[in-house]
Amino acid sequence: MKTTIKRQAGKLTVLVAVAALLGGCATSGNPKDPVEGFNRAMYGFNEGLDKVLIKPVATGYETVLPSPLQTGVANFFSNIADLMIGVNNLLQGKPAQAASDAGRVLVNTTVGFLGILDVASTMGMEKHEEDFGQTFGRWGMDDGAYVVWPFFGPRTVRDTIGLAFDVATDPLSYVDHVPTRNTLWAVRIVSDRAELLKADKVIEEAALDKYSYVRDAYLQRRRSLIHDGNPPKFDPYSGSGEGKSAEARDGTAASSQVAARN
Amino acid sequence: MRLFALLLACASFFVSPGALAQQMAPDALVKSVTDEVLDIIRKDKDIKAGSTKRAIELVEQKVLPHFNFTRMTALAVGKDWRQATPEQQKVLTDEFRDLLVRTYSNALIAYKNETVDYRPFKMQAGETDVTVRTQIHQAGARQPIALDYSLEKNGNAWKVYDVVVAGVSLVTNYRSSFANEIRNGGIDGLIKTLKAKNSSLEAAAKK
Repeated sequence: MKTTIKRQAGKLTVLVAVAALLGGCATSGNPKDPVEGFNRAMYGFNEGLDKVLIKPVATGYETVLPSPLQTGVANFFSNIADLMIGVNNLLQGKPAQAASDAGRVLVNTTVGFLGILDVASTMGMEKHEEDFGQTFGRWGMDDGAYVVWPFFGPRTVRDTIGLAFDVATDPLSYVDHVPTRNTLWAVRIVSDRAELLKADKVIEEAALDKYSYVRDAYLQRRRSLIHDGNPPKFDPYSGSGEGKSAEARDGTAASSQVAARN
Repeated sequence: MRLFALLLACASFFVSPGALAQQMAPDALVKSVTDEVLDIIRKDKDIKAGSTKRAIELVEQKVLPHFNFTRMTALAVGKDWRQATPEQQKVLTDEFRDLLVRTYSNALIAYKNETVDYRPFKMQAGETDVTVRTQIHQAGARQPIALDYSLEKNGNAWKVYDVVVAGVSLVTNYRSSFANEIRNGGIDGLIKTLKAKNSSLEAAAKK
């Protein structure tokens, strides 16, 4: 098992190095996206994979499986994830949230039949969303460049390191029976994807350029998550960050950022 | 006394129901519009059947009056906004509004079995820029989706100038693709792209 993790971490390191080498090619000048050429290629690869394999399977899954069962499957994996969500809350110095996460696991694993029912939510223990990328962000690590990985999708450099930790500490990684582990992984991917099917159409319709729409949404979303949904208001292009300046009000804050870039 | 009655009559003449709505506190405004729209969505047969046209009508009638689209478009365009002529600004605003309305209407159709929670709202006296936070609960979903509205006070009326879904601003998320279009084809290039996008969406909806 450990060798698998090491191998995966090794692969990630190689990919980071490749991305770094590709830096500077084909960019439209977004300072958060220095390897845009590489990223667009990987994004295209992931879209292709989604189109021919993952989305059709997820659509079939959504059509065939009654929706209470889908919820049960999603709850089962959500319960497993709550364990490390709790650990990350603890690492971020939020013991109350961590305790609530531990309570969720305890209640849902027992009363909720191995997590299939989310009893804890009805008892008022709110589900959280945490991972190592957020923890490192909370600790002050800069997010670094935006990178799109094959299979894993959008990350920043910080979230890539976080991802390596997430995979290494994922309870599913410790299922020793390989066919069982692979099945669990596959079902989780399909279940996660099925939950996003509705959002597809909205993004498809909203975006002028899907790649940059997804990128900017990812970066905004991560920033919001690190601040638990209450990020300090700022203009994403002002560069200086915190506080909403009078400039940002009429949209001229972008000029300072563009000026800095040129 | 007669003078007082006369003043009162004049006042009631000028204070139309619309003007009353504009004086509502921002959180009350968001709540009343949301509740009204959700109520219609749950009852309307055409929307239940997935009619984009009907959903757009509903949004235009009930939601649009409370949005400041000029401000939204200026925020999405960023620094190039000042380079645009007033006519270009108007066309940009109209096209961007069409795009947002269409996207938003379709989202309404897709997510109709939801309930909305209003987060506690506090406002200092004299504040003119606030955020009203809501949470969307979907049947079966473990985690609610945060849906925040940024509102600004213009005169007496509070108008929404940004909608933030799960931490993502629907307005500033367009900024880099808008900037790209402007870099490649100027303001008119962006207008052309937006028009093409809207007409392709319209064509798809008619199918």
